[in-house]
Amino acid sequence: MADITLNRLVKTYGRAEVIHGIDLAVADGEFVVFVGPSGCGKSTTLRMIAGLEEVSGGEIRIGGRLVNEVDPRQRNIAMVFQNYAIYPHMTVRQNIAFGLYTSKLGKTEKAAKVEEAARMLDLTALLDRRPAALSGGQRQRVAIGRAMVRDPAAFLFDEPLSNLDAQLRAQMRIEIKALHRRLGTTIAYVTHDQVEAMTMADRIVVMKAGHILQAGAPMEIYDRPADVFTARFIGTPSMNVLPVAGEGAGLAAAGAGAPLLAGVRPQALRVGAPEEEAALSLTGPVTAVEPLGPETLVHFTVAGQGLIATAPPHETPGIGAEVTARAARGQVHLFDPATERATGRA
Amino acid sequence: MATADTPAPRLRFARIRPGRIITWTLLMIGGLLMITPLLFMFSTSLKPASQIYDLRLIPASPTLANYAEVLSDGRFLRWFLNSSFVAITVTAANCFFDSLVGYTLAKFRFRGRQVVFIAILSTLMIPTEMLVIPWYLMSAQFGWLDSYWGIMFPGMMTAFGTFLMKQFFETVPDDFLEAARIDGLNEFTIWWRIAMPLVTPALSALAIFTFLGNWTAFFWPLIVTTSKELYTLPVGLTSFAVEQAIQWEKIMTGAALATLPTLALFLALQRFIVRGVMLAGLKD
Repeated sequence: MADITLNRLVKTYGRAEVIHGIDLAVADGEFVVFVGPSGCGKSTTLRMIAGLEEVSGGEIRIGGRLVNEVDPRQRNIAMVFQNYAIYPHMTVRQNIAFGLYTSKLGKTEKAAKVEEAARMLDLTALLDRRPAALSGGQRQRVAIGRAMVRDPAAFLFDEPLSNLDAQLRAQMRIEIKALHRRLGTTIAYVTHDQVEAMTMADRIVVMKAGHILQAGAPMEIYDRPADVFTARFIGTPSMNVLPVAGEGAGLAAAGAGAPLLAGVRPQALRVGAPEEEAALSLTGPVTAVEPLGPETLVHFTVAGQGLIATAPPHETPGIGAEVTARAARGQVHLFDPATERATGRA
Repeated sequence: MATADTPAPRLRFARIRPGRIITWTLLMIGGLLMITPLLFMFSTSLKPASQIYDLRLIPASPTLANYAEVLSDGRFLRWFLNSSFVAITVTAANCFFDSLVGYTLAKFRFRGRQVVFIAILSTLMIPTEMLVIPWYLMSAQFGWLDSYWGIMFPGMMTAFGTFLMKQFFETVPDDFLEAARIDGLNEFTIWWRIAMPLVTPALSALAIFTFLGNWTAFFWPLIVTTSKELYTLPVGLTSFAVEQAIQWEKIMTGAALATLPTLALFLALQRFIVRGVMLAGLKD
């Protein structure tokens, strides 16, 4: 087991710099999730930690050891890929055992480790099958098994669940999290899915365009996003962000060039909420209604901008009807329109 | 009623479309053109010398005497073994070197990669006849004339094979190789243990092409060898034609025997090619 430290880490392709000197310390045994949109540099960062991409500047340390120039195989890490990368010409048993290819263990010990990993991942019955005869979830478990048998200092996961269907994804999230609890190994996990980030991470690292915008515990990021991008990226549906004018309870929607940006999560913007205690009131015509069961999402527009509010399950306003939705005090995030950084709450 | 609308069952042949008939006819003509010389080869090999100009396909008095004679002739066996040794060695060398170079060109980024690839490809455009003189001079310089190595060296690695393997290796996802890199394999082992098993269809095709090409090679072995003990089968068979008179029945018997290894190789490897195509179709 080991900690991972990134110091002023830079990656360039030719003249284009794609990672701009990021700093991060992943503690021993921590589950860190890198999240961000496509092209934000999260996978590149992970591949640099793995040693599959050269480091252009700065340093990477694993367990205190500088590994910039160290071959992937000597870093004592294991990686699980998006498309599993289990070898199609080998059986499940051979695939898992392949993680021990360079291990100095004896034959019986290796076989025992493979059996143990298969048991933990519920693959025992499939050990003699080839990957072609497995489902997506089973293939991904084989890939995890191959990584597990090595007892690596850290696991790296590169969007491991994005090829699975929603139900299987939810199940695998729980399995990977449980595996982390059992093994206690450091995990660096890359995903573009904020639900995966929220549900699995000890700490989320939000990346955009080669920068780390914010790193923190999931609820900390959800409750106190440092900027508009993070605020909108974490949480479903996305946070409503709109220009406002006024102060305290007197916030009101304003056009472009307004002195503030207000962010309010759809769950905090309630249709028909009481006027007293409200920090922000917004009124506009309904454009769409999505009943989800426990609550209803109400889409409406204010000054031409689409917003989402929530209503109790059986109080569905009609399309075109005027609704007023309010956010209570303390629920409105304020951002500076120029820098888009958080400035406080209202 | 539903049953009233059901069309009456029609005879099977009624459904054969005219396009099909034309296709089949053309294919049959093509097939006949291909197989007729082979049939005559087998037929002649079963005829006594006095009947070889009798063009009936079924010999009037079939005999295995030619086979007994050719097989008991020590030279034939020697040439057969020479051809086998040359073809197997060159095929193994091609599968090894073409794959190694093709893999390197497909999976590694290095300065001059494109130049090397184009240089290799450009040799495809030079006809063998033009290369024979430099090969001969080279063999003379190095003392390779009239030796196995002299017969084999020009074909140990080919531009076509390198190109074929490069194209196939490009279809192997990098994730497999990177996973192996992290699993601790060195680059040579990754090529051998991971990449090669994933391109067996291409490898089988390359093996068949190379084996056939070398098994039937005539021009270069004829030029580079002078001792009869080093003749390959095609070169040796022609000596049946020059020594006394042209002994067609023996040439045809030798040729019939010479087709057997290629047939066996194709039958052994074709399932890999077919299976490879099927796997590629099912891949996620």
